[in-house]
Amino acid sequence: MSELVIAGRNVPRARSPGLWVLAWRRFGRDRVGVVSLAVVVFFCALMTASGLNLIAADWAQEAGVNYAPPTFMGPDAVEAEAVTPPVAQPAGGERAESSDIVDPLADVLAEIRRDPAAVAPPAPKAATLPFGGDKWGRDVLKKVIKGTQTSMFVGIAAALLATLLGTVFGALAGYYGRAVDDFFNWFYSIFTSVPYLLLILAIAAVLNQKGTLTVVLILGLTGWPGIFRLVRAEYLKHKAREYIQAADAIGASHRRRMFVHILPNVSHVILVQLSLHVVLFIKSEVILSFLGFGVGVDTVSWGSMLNEAQSELILGKWWQLVAATAAMAALVTAFSLFTDALRDALDPRLK
Amino acid sequence: MFAYVIRRLWQMVPTLLGVVLLVFGLFNFVGGDPAYLLAGKISNPEQIENIRRQLGVDQPYYVQLWIFLKQIATGDFGVSWATNERVSAIFATRLGPSLTVLLPLLVIDTLLAMAAAMLVAYMRGSLTDRLVMIGCTVGQSVSILVYIIVLQYVLAYQLGWFPVQGWGNNLAENLFRFSLLPIIVGVVVSLAPDTRLYRSFFLDEINQDYVRTARAKGMGEGRVMWVHVLRNASIPIITNVMIQLPGLLAGAFLIERFFSIPGIGREVILAVERSDFPVIKAITIYVAIATMVINLLADLLYKAVDPRVQLK
Repeated sequence: MSELVIAGRNVPRARSPGLWVLAWRRFGRDRVGVVSLAVVVFFCALMTASGLNLIAADWAQEAGVNYAPPTFMGPDAVEAEAVTPPVAQPAGGERAESSDIVDPLADVLAEIRRDPAAVAPPAPKAATLPFGGDKWGRDVLKKVIKGTQTSMFVGIAAALLATLLGTVFGALAGYYGRAVDDFFNWFYSIFTSVPYLLLILAIAAVLNQKGTLTVVLILGLTGWPGIFRLVRAEYLKHKAREYIQAADAIGASHRRRMFVHILPNVSHVILVQLSLHVVLFIKSEVILSFLGFGVGVDTVSWGSMLNEAQSELILGKWWQLVAATAAMAALVTAFSLFTDALRDALDPRLK
Repeated sequence: MFAYVIRRLWQMVPTLLGVVLLVFGLFNFVGGDPAYLLAGKISNPEQIENIRRQLGVDQPYYVQLWIFLKQIATGDFGVSWATNERVSAIFATRLGPSLTVLLPLLVIDTLLAMAAAMLVAYMRGSLTDRLVMIGCTVGQSVSILVYIIVLQYVLAYQLGWFPVQGWGNNLAENLFRFSLLPIIVGVVVSLAPDTRLYRSFFLDEINQDYVRTARAKGMGEGRVMWVHVLRNASIPIITNVMIQLPGLLAGAFLIERFFSIPGIGREVILAVERSDFPVIKAITIYVAIATMVINLLADLLYKAVDPRVQLK
């Protein structure tokens, strides 16, 4: 590829750096971009490790006392005593909200919960946890890691789906034009005339089932219009260029011209959009899960943590709120700055 | 101009039809049989058959679609499945509280964001500019939920400056007592993204030739910024604010939910929680119509304030 064949002779030629190499060099000079990339990579590693159950696999274990404070604050036994009702609650504070109603199944439930632990005596509950415990005494730090896994996975998976749809629709519409273009534009105008969050909520209402996959589908299937519009505009621009005429002349098929010739030339737009949408979908997932239309009850996400944190804050238990907020703010800030740096690196004409 | 409006209105028809088909498809094919939802757990086949007849679900699809179209045209979506309140009555009573919060919120937020954006655009590249932009990025990355939870807890619950939540019966009380904190929260949340966006609008104008000309002929910086740049930059800003409005109407649901404001947004959440399909359908369709009409109005306004714009 780097060798130019002229009149049967191989003329060695210096390999000129390609688009990606140049972009990577420009990116490397952007200090903010490099730092934010490092943070994003760190979160990706966290997500992968948690997904493979290497860390935080035992997040559901009730390791500490109810609302165990963070270690650096020291145990406050007095307050913990005052907050939790003095009724014996072997299985945690599940009935703390309705302490005046006697649960007829309480003893049975306690028996069942105790059962696996009956073999070995239940581990003593720690008075403090590294970054505090939640209502059940689960480690907030581990919950945050699990929540990072869920929220990030949803954001990335939904963004991949939306980008795939937007790219394919945009390529078809921009390349073929005419009736195909009209059809996809019609489709686009439908999706953009309903406000994004309203559309998501309407679909959530109809599906009426929770789960990580559901959230990915909802966000991915509704989030493509912005990408579609940009990719379509790029394809409109590129299909008239000479290299595509040349590709036509040597007999490249439509599909080949669309996805082998044009796609690499517009991939920088797509990549930036992908990155932007990850942030958007992480935020949307948090709101959906907070409202209870998102991930299932047995899954932790930043949204469900914030939901718990809301009532905890009134009791003065701020750590879960702070942990979830800090994790999310760190990732989203890093991702946004990374996207900006990526855009600058891939499109040096901007700025 | 007139021909343009007619053409735009005509173009809305297929889009609206598409929205109708989308909503219809969602609720009829994806959603499952509403009769089972309505009948609840204790039901027998006769009851379900009865409900199906009442809803018209036993009719063929084209008849149901026709019923749906008639509902949209007449604005009569029947009654809410959850509360038996007329859907039209829900709209009429919920719109007021929503607007009581949203209109002041939009005005205050726009003015503040414009001021901040003009300032940082004027000082572009300086330390202040970069600090404000970084602050905006960080501010934007904190979830809106956290702003609401923390501000409500600190300002209302702990300090007691505002009522924690609630809604009264007269406008003055609502506006000056119950709406204050929701408005503050809304402004805090939207200030960061709006400042970023408006800064780019201001920068577009500052780099124009007419600004250089104005400076070259000896015009003071104040006059350049406040008269020339501000007036030109406000065109996209006004359009942006207008386009935001229908989305906000439904999108303010978090604020409305936290502060118990009986507005449209809270109604959306309640309807989704209760699977109250008629309400969701009605809100989706009407917000879509509002979006399209407001987009048209925004384009016309654009033309009115900037004669260079060609409407095609």
